[in-house]
Amino acid sequence: MIRVRNLVKKFGDFTAVSDISFDVAQGEIFAFLGPNGAGKTTTIKMLTTLLHPTGGTIELDGMNPVLKQKEARQRFGIVFQDPSLDVEQTAYENMELHGVLYHVPRKLRIERTERLLKLFELWERKDSYVKTFSGGMKRRLEIARGLLHTPRILFLDEPTLGLDPQSRNQLWNHVKHLNETEKTTVFLTTHYMDEADRVAHRIAIMDHGKIVAQGTSAELKQQTDSDSLEGAFLALTGSSLRDEGANSTDQMRQVAKMWRR
Amino acid sequence: MGAIYILWLRELKRYVRSRVQIVVSLGQPCLYLLALGFGLGPVFKQAGHGSYLQFMAPGVVGMTVLFSSVFSGIAMLWDRQFGFLKETLVAPVSRMQIMVGRTLGGATVAVIQGGLILAICLITGFRPHSWLAIPAAFLFVILIAVVFAALGTAIGSVLQDMQGFQLVMNFLVLPIFFLSGALFPLSNLPLAMNIITKLDPLTYGVDGLRGALIQSWQFGAVLDVSVLAIIGALFLSAGAYLFSRIEV
Repeated sequence: MIRVRNLVKKFGDFTAVSDISFDVAQGEIFAFLGPNGAGKTTTIKMLTTLLHPTGGTIELDGMNPVLKQKEARQRFGIVFQDPSLDVEQTAYENMELHGVLYHVPRKLRIERTERLLKLFELWERKDSYVKTFSGGMKRRLEIARGLLHTPRILFLDEPTLGLDPQSRNQLWNHVKHLNETEKTTVFLTTHYMDEADRVAHRIAIMDHGKIVAQGTSAELKQQTDSDSLEGAFLALTGSSLRDEGANSTDQMRQVAKMWRR
Repeated sequence: MGAIYILWLRELKRYVRSRVQIVVSLGQPCLYLLALGFGLGPVFKQAGHGSYLQFMAPGVVGMTVLFSSVFSGIAMLWDRQFGFLKETLVAPVSRMQIMVGRTLGGATVAVIQGGLILAICLITGFRPHSWLAIPAAFLFVILIAVVFAALGTAIGSVLQDMQGFQLVMNFLVLPIFFLSGALFPLSNLPLAMNIITKLDPLTYGVDGLRGALIQSWQFGAVLDVSVLAIIGALFLSAGAYLFSRIEV
């Protein structure tokens, strides 16, 4: 379903993703793990047409997203690391807007919106503004929205960041359920080893822009001779800290927070 | 078409729902109208130009449309920072459609704002030379709205943070307003001022409004409409180009 060969992305002199290759099969849940700044988000951005690769090839459902941008976009759903909902509109309106942007026929849109909002336990709140939602509800709505146009692949970039254990647990149950019933291929990144261990069929560990290991959770543990995925992860990526600089987005959020008080 | 419509509708919904903001954004033009209109009225009259309120009301309508439309474009900054822009940019529709939908939405909101201020002007005592002048005035309101909503989109596409916003406000939007002849007559200006005011697109919008409403033309309807249409097309292309280059 996803086929990546020798993918490279450079920003000036800095190589964010350096020559990675992997395959994700139809109906598989594939997890990307790695410390901050390893290149996970950059990879997702290239897979989802938001960034142009410097080199290498990508195939999504047999299609090159660089050449056939619109067709590729129609085929995947994405939940970004940062929220991307319109908080001034209701949950239902967010779904409607997405459905129109993705050319989902009206009747199907109404049907699927109801089904997905019910599935993600948001139907009772469909007419509330998203700004009144909790972090977990927003996440669920984003995933429901990402699935509205029946994508063949769902990208989840750290979907459980900042959620409480209950919400995380529930969210993964939903994702697993969808993977089983709709046969959606899921490509996810996360920092939580236990989540990857629980939901992912296969895992790739990324560090400094390279894939340092890939396989099932059991294979990774065996390979590094550790008894947990976390142990395997640390064995592969070392234990030094990775610091990222704050960018203008982070500063802006702080200003906005101040203003809202 | 669906994409343009739904994004246009979104801008409109946001406007209608933020009642506090409607009041706030109408407050400033009202202040100009009352403080300057009545405050400078006697001086203006003594200088032999007639009623200042009559003179400046079209200018204040132009100002309202200017502010409202530029801000709608710059509001993209928020959408960018809070992620919603990404949702539209990754959708299987062309950037052009997204840009057009947003810009038309912003322009529509500005037209409504302009209409509201025009109504307030009428309440405070402003009288057009004939009621048939109102539709003609709306032609100019729409032109001003499109020109500056497109400018706002162009600026919003390149701005990264709030400091940039202040910069645009102080060095672009306010000068456009003050140098447009909204508050003073354009005749007998010093040479430098004369040139600057003629370079300001809003000058032609305000002249059109004033001409339509109280039949006092500086340049004439044909020149005003053509200048605004040409600048509008220019800004729209610039906006489309810059918007297509946004990276998230």
